[in-house]
Amino acid sequence: MSILQGPWHWSIVGIIIGLTVPALLIIDNKRFGISLTLRHLCAMCVPMKIKFFDYDWKPYKWLLLFVVGTMVGGFIGNQIFPNPNDIIVAEDTKSFLAQYGINDYSGLVPSEIFSVDKILSLSGLIFLAIGGFLVGFGTRYADGCTSGHSIFGLATLQRTSLIATISFMAGGFFCTHLILPYLLKVIMP
Amino acid sequence: MRSFLIFLVGLIFGFAFVKGEIISWFRMVEMFQLKSFHMYGVIGTGVVVGLIAMQIIKRFNVKTIDGEPITYEKKKFTKGTIIGGFIFGLGWCITGACPGPIFIQVGAGLIPVAVTLLFALFGTWVYGATREKLPH
Repeated sequence: MSILQGPWHWSIVGIIIGLTVPALLIIDNKRFGISLTLRHLCAMCVPMKIKFFDYDWKPYKWLLLFVVGTMVGGFIGNQIFPNPNDIIVAEDTKSFLAQYGINDYSGLVPSEIFSVDKILSLSGLIFLAIGGFLVGFGTRYADGCTSGHSIFGLATLQRTSLIATISFMAGGFFCTHLILPYLLKVIMP
Repeated sequence: MRSFLIFLVGLIFGFAFVKGEIISWFRMVEMFQLKSFHMYGVIGTGVVVGLIAMQIIKRFNVKTIDGEPITYEKKKFTKGTIIGGFIFGLGWCITGACPGPIFIQVGAGLIPVAVTLLFALFGTWVYGATREKLPH
């Protein structure tokens, strides 16, 4: 098994993520936080005289460059050196998902939900549109996401980021245990 | 030069996210079901390594490559930290992705996620448009 194909141990990935914080600061005092990209893209493309988007986004071009870098990294990782094996997932989670007809572990996401022909179905409406909306709305309302709060914020010992991270996890636990089973049932073929 | 370095850090970051399966919907379900240590290991190691690096920067007064002192702004606490954070948590569970992984998934060739990205932009836009009416 080649190193480039993976999968990698969590500690290796954790170290790389952790080092991103000092790397961006040392390169040019850049604060790590990816959800701001969404705000800058709104400010660039559809500001529509809204005060929140009425600012000069040009100093933040670096973040767009960083994000393009992550996308290229994602392309190389998944298209050029894909993991040839099924993703290894906990047995309990597998049997939970099997109840809803999700059995394809050949990709990073289940093809039963994330496929092009499901975009215009109820599944697409829930898992792509509504889910995406909640991510975009929630991260901006919380002034940051997993990178800005949970990694940068916690690494710099900010109390606000600890509260934010607990809130993210609370939403995630609540949804996974009380909402997700229902959503999966609704889209079941 | 600086731009190239920023791009390179992004590239390594995106590649590692694929290899660590951090952009996998399955891994998020596992995490929130407390069935696997994987994601907790990734985030925990990331925080600890970042924390140690920041302490080194502070103690040894590390400068940027241009010789400037390292500074950053702190985030302000508002009601949105909790309400918005919880709303994001719901979206995180459904899409299996935070904003970083959404971009990386699109780059990785997961075409349907382009729809997720569009709606994430729309969500951010709606927040901007309704901001004054929301509790903060």
